[in-house]
Amino acid sequence: MKSGSNLEKVLAAGHFSVTAECGPPRGADPDVVRKKAAFVKGNVDACNVTDNQTSVVRMSSLAGCMLIKEQGVEPLIQMVVRDRNRIALQSDLLGASALGVRNILCLSGDHQKFGDDPQAKNVFDIDSMQFIHLVRLMRDEGIFPSGKKLEGAPKFFIGCAVNPFADPFEIRVPRLKMKATAGADFVQTQCIYNMKKFKEYMELAKKEGLHEKVKILAGVTPLKSAGMGKFMRKMVAGMDIPEEVIARISAEPKEKQAAKGIEMCIEQIQELKEMEGISGVHVMAIEWEEKLAEIIGGAGLLPRPVVE
Amino acid sequence: MITGTPKPIEEILEMVEPYDNIILAGCHGCVTVCRVGGEKEVQVLASTLRLAREASGKTIKIREVSLERQCDPEYVEQMRPYVNDYQAVLSIACGAGIQFLAEKFTTTPLLPGINTGFLGVTERQGEWAERCQGCGDCVLHLTGGICPVTRCAKSLFHGPCGGSVQGICEVDKSIKCGWQLIIDRLKDLNQMDNYTKFKPFKGWSSARDGGPRRIIREDMI
Repeated sequence: MKSGSNLEKVLAAGHFSVTAECGPPRGADPDVVRKKAAFVKGNVDACNVTDNQTSVVRMSSLAGCMLIKEQGVEPLIQMVVRDRNRIALQSDLLGASALGVRNILCLSGDHQKFGDDPQAKNVFDIDSMQFIHLVRLMRDEGIFPSGKKLEGAPKFFIGCAVNPFADPFEIRVPRLKMKATAGADFVQTQCIYNMKKFKEYMELAKKEGLHEKVKILAGVTPLKSAGMGKFMRKMVAGMDIPEEVIARISAEPKEKQAAKGIEMCIEQIQELKEMEGISGVHVMAIEWEEKLAEIIGGAGLLPRPVVE
Repeated sequence: MITGTPKPIEEILEMVEPYDNIILAGCHGCVTVCRVGGEKEVQVLASTLRLAREASGKTIKIREVSLERQCDPEYVEQMRPYVNDYQAVLSIACGAGIQFLAEKFTTTPLLPGINTGFLGVTERQGEWAERCQGCGDCVLHLTGGICPVTRCAKSLFHGPCGGSVQGICEVDKSIKCGWQLIIDRLKDLNQMDNYTKFKPFKGWSSARDGGPRRIIREDMI
C-alpha cells in the first residue's frame, strides 16, 4: 500500500470504486459541508473536496476535507497549482497528510478569469504534471525537491485528471501516459457524455497498457435538466455533450427531466462498469449530493465494500 | 520590441495638471516602431495637451523632445543642459526609458504618458502580440520555437490543459492555445518526442522572481 487510503484498498482488492465530490461553501459555515457529507456517507469509497473550482473563492479544500472526515467520509483533497507556489504546495501536502488525508487529486486549476477575482495574480510555478511528480517524490523518496530529507514522508494515493474530450485528441492518451509515468496512481476523467469518443480514448489507452498502470475512474455528472446540458455544452470549455443526449432529456416534460437525468446517469454507470479498463466511477452530482444514494444504488454499487 | 499603449488623455491631463512648463519626451526606439512614443506621437500629444489646457483656461508650455533612446545614457544626457528649466518631464517611452530619465534627473518629476506592454511582434499593421516574457532561460529549441511561458495562459510546461478547444484558449476567443501551436509545430518538425519528455521544474530565479536582473559583460567593460 502506498497510502493505505480506503480508496486505494478498495481498488487494490479489485472492486469497482465509487467517488463523488463535495464543493465547499462560499462562506465559513461548516454545517453546509456536514450536510453534504451526510448525503455522501456510505455511498462512496472517498469523496473529493474541490479547491476553489472555477476560481470562485470557497472554503479551503483542506478544511472541507477535515469536516467530511469528522463525519466519517474518507476525503480526497483536490489541489490546484494556480494559487500556490511550490513552497505552499509542499507545506500543504505535509499538513494534509499530517491531518490524515490520504488521497489527492493534482490539478492545474481553472484560470482566474472565470471567477470573482479576474484581476488576481496567478501562480503556476509548477504545472499539474510536475505537481504529480512532486507528490510522488515526497512520498516515495522521502525528500523535498531540493533533495533535503523529510521528517516523515506524506502518504498519498496520487490522482490526476484527464479530459478525453479536449483538443487536440491525439495527445490525450500520451498525456495520461505522462501523468502515469510522473507518478499518478489513479485518474478521474472529465464528465463523460460522449460515450463513443470515450470508448475510442479507452481503446488507445488500453493499447498503451495504461489501464494496468493507473486506475481509471470514469467521471459522470447527472443532468438536472435539458437546460443544464445546453448551458454546460456552451459555457464549459472541453465539455462534449452530444446532441442525442440533449435530445433525450429534452423529450421529457420539464418536471420529469431531473428523473430522466438520473436514469441516464445510472445507465451510463452500468455501461462503464462493463467496460474493460474502467476501475470505477467518479460521480460529480453538482449541488445535487442528495441524489447520490439513488444514483449509486440504482447502478447496483451499494453497499460499498469494506476492505481491511 | 517593447510595446505600449497611450494612457487615456484624461489621465495624462490629471498628471500634468500641477505644471505649466514641461518637457514631453519621445524615443526613437521600440515605441516609435509601435507608434506610441515616437517623434510624431510627441507632436500629436503636445498639441492635444496644449489645446485641452487652453480650453480649461490654464495654458501649458511644452518642449517637444525625441531622444534616440531613453534607455541609453549618452542620449539621455542630451537633456541635461535644459531639464532643470522645466517643472516635469512627461515621457512616452517604455517604462525602462521613463525610469532611466528619473534616475538621471533626480530633482525632476517624471510622468508616464504610456502604459508599457510586452515584448512582442507586429503581427500586422496596427496589431502587436506578445512573444517573450524574458524569463532568462529559453527553451524554444524544445517547444518548436513557441514559448510555453508566454503563449500558454497558465505557462504550463506540459500542456495543453483541458480548456483547449479547436486551437483556442478558454481564457479568450482571441487567444490561440499555445500548446496546440507547439504540438502542431513539433509534428511538422517530427519532434513529438520533445512533447512527451518530462520537463523538470522551471527555475524562476532567472526571471523577475529572482529580483531585478542585471547583465554584466566583462568583455565589454
